[in-house]
Amino acid sequence: MQPLTSRAKAVDRRPMNVWERMYLPAIAKGMSITFGHMFKKRPTVNYPEKQRPFSRVFRGLHVLNRDEEGRERCTACGLCAVACPAEAITMEGAERLPGEEGLYREEKYAAKYEINMLRCIFCGLCEEACPKDAIYLSETFAPANFTRKGFIYGKEELLIPNPLTDPEGFAKARGEHK
Amino acid sequence: MYTTLLAIDWVLFLDKVILITVILLLSLLIAMYETWAERKVAALMQDRRGPNRAGPGGILQPLADGLKLFMKEEVIPGSSNKLLFILGPGLAMLTAMMTSAVVPWSSYLEIGGRHVDLQIADVNIGLLYIFGVVSMGVYGVMIGGWASNNKFSLLAAIRGASQIISYELAMGLSIISLLMITGSLSLRTIVQQQQEGSYYIFLQPLGFLIFLVCAFAECNRTPFDLSEADSELNMGFHLEYSSMKLGFYLFAEYVNVFISSAVMSTLYFGGYDIPFVNDVQLAQRWGQNPVAILEAACFFVKIVLFILFFIWVRWTIPRFRYDQLMKLGWKVLIPLAIINMLLTGFFILLRHH
Repeated sequence: MQPLTSRAKAVDRRPMNVWERMYLPAIAKGMSITFGHMFKKRPTVNYPEKQRPFSRVFRGLHVLNRDEEGRERCTACGLCAVACPAEAITMEGAERLPGEEGLYREEKYAAKYEINMLRCIFCGLCEEACPKDAIYLSETFAPANFTRKGFIYGKEELLIPNPLTDPEGFAKARGEHK
Repeated sequence: MYTTLLAIDWVLFLDKVILITVILLLSLLIAMYETWAERKVAALMQDRRGPNRAGPGGILQPLADGLKLFMKEEVIPGSSNKLLFILGPGLAMLTAMMTSAVVPWSSYLEIGGRHVDLQIADVNIGLLYIFGVVSMGVYGVMIGGWASNNKFSLLAAIRGASQIISYELAMGLSIISLLMITGSLSLRTIVQQQQEGSYYIFLQPLGFLIFLVCAFAECNRTPFDLSEADSELNMGFHLEYSSMKLGFYLFAEYVNVFISSAVMSTLYFGGYDIPFVNDVQLAQRWGQNPVAILEAACFFVKIVLFILFFIWVRWTIPRFRYDQLMKLGWKVLIPLAIINMLLTGFFILLRHH
């Protein structure tokens, strides 16, 4: 029969000779192999102490962005919810009242913004759809939770820390510490 | 007249109690760290890292494992024979520990002009005693498997018992040829002979090989761990055991490994003899006590090397099939041991004439 690959190797069906039937040389050979492996370099990464860097295009948990003055960028236009193939995003818009100019950048804002992380497929289409640069995917991933409810992330979980009051948290959430 | 019979040498008694305590604790400690070494060596051989969370280098791992076993629920199957079910692991542990009584750990210490032997009992049938106790180890396996009232445990126990019994024969035969050379069953005498002459490994290489293979089988270690087979064959005879009763079985195996390493180094590698050095001359120069301690250290180095060898073999050689196991035991090792015996006898006669 024609071999399918170049790696095909005919099976040797000759009966074993005395030397081979003693097994001891084969055992010694096997033991030398395992002994040699004791001094090999280990590919393991010591995870909690040492973390491998994410790829630059990694898509993790979402972050709702603020501008330099700490104002929420989201205007509750709903484009991300429309773009979302998993229908994970729900939001409710509200109108900015006088005196709230420091909180929201434009006249309309998202009063409620929820992403169901169990539905989300982390495709990043919301990030692409957003005209205001208000949502992007970070390098963290959702931690485990005991209830399904815990995976519905509201504005408290999603909003980036305020750059004016918490510049370190802001930088960390933006991934600028690396 | 009878008062002298009742008069106990209390100092000797105290010596022995201290020695027994030390040796029991030491064998438990070594068995504990064998589990750690086993996991570490296995990891190293498989290019992994092994336990490294509990303490530096995972050094506290055995404590964590022990705590885990103690915390587990004790399940005694409702249909089991309760007394035997509890007796099984105890018996396994007992037989594992008892063997250490006749092993000479070092020559002797001189404390306050007294001559303190570092051996619990120098009985003149030491080797026979070891064989007697080791063959009792079968009962731990058999009772455990039987009392579980589980047909798989029972099958595994029978498998294990038949394995231990068949390898004991070859082991005994390989020892006979050693005894023809030594002319003594006392382990201390055997060590002293090796201190004066050469190690018996050089006189009995084949006998040592047979003894080694049989020791692996007796300890239920891979490649002969058919009776337990951790992951396949549903855990073997301790299938129904949990918590510290299971721990006792596992622990007894490690104590067995320790003791059989000690016996092998005593019989074939000079026991507590310091290699390449004349111990008696050294004792005259340095005093007896430091040399005795050095001898004990040497003995433990030999034992540790043997233990590492046990572990090394375990993570290299796959398990035998049952028919292969029996074939090796009955058709290879026993004839080989008999041939070895005849050859030894021939050479002894040749030297005498």
